[in-house]
Amino acid sequence: MTNSIRALRFARGEMTQAQLAEHVGVTRQTIIAIEQGRYSPSLEMAFQIAAVFGVPLEQVFQHPASDAQVR
Amino acid sequence: MSYDERGTWVYLVTSAGAYLVYLAIILGRVVSTPIAHVSYVAVLLRTTGASIVASTVGRTLVQTVAPGDRRSDVRDKEISRFGEYASRWFVVAGSAAGFAMALARWEYFWTANVIYLGFVLWAVAGSVVKLAAYQRGL
Repeated sequence: MTNSIRALRFARGEMTQAQLAEHVGVTRQTIIAIEQGRYSPSLEMAFQIAAVFGVPLEQVFQHPASDAQVR
Repeated sequence: MSYDERGTWVYLVTSAGAYLVYLAIILGRVVSTPIAHVSYVAVLLRTTGASIVASTVGRTLVQTVAPGDRRSDVRDKEISRFGEYASRWFVVAGSAAGFAMALARWEYFWTANVIYLGFVLWAVAGSVVKLAAYQRGL
């Protein structure tokens, strides 16, 4: 799973990883791990992150399989 | 590095270090005493106690020298559970081996040391798995 968290942070007035972590209720190291793809957040945390940026979930997280069309 | 990850490093070093000290002392005594008759109880208890103290002191020192966020969040808890789950078989194996040795009436020295080794490997393997999860992901 890939994500656009880093780009969204910079688009939101250069929000820091620590600030995002504070909003979501996790440590800065967890945000770093998510951005680097070393940790997949829970669905709840994913929605919380999307809510911080005020965008739909799909604009934050992308999964290759979701691009496949259902036949 | 999170507080829990640093704590895991401290735990790994103190657990492995204490066992190596114990091993060195016991092997030193084997030179003059048959191994099954070596006095090991006091050494085992002291090195275990020293490991616990060293782990606590070490964790406090690391936090003092490089202070950081002391919270354990959901990722820390998941990694901790994963590490404990992955390494549990060492305790099971050590206990089973000790059980078999007791049934077969082996010397207490071997029974105690096999069970102790199981706990040490549980601590070391669990720490290694957790650190790998922190570095590479779950």
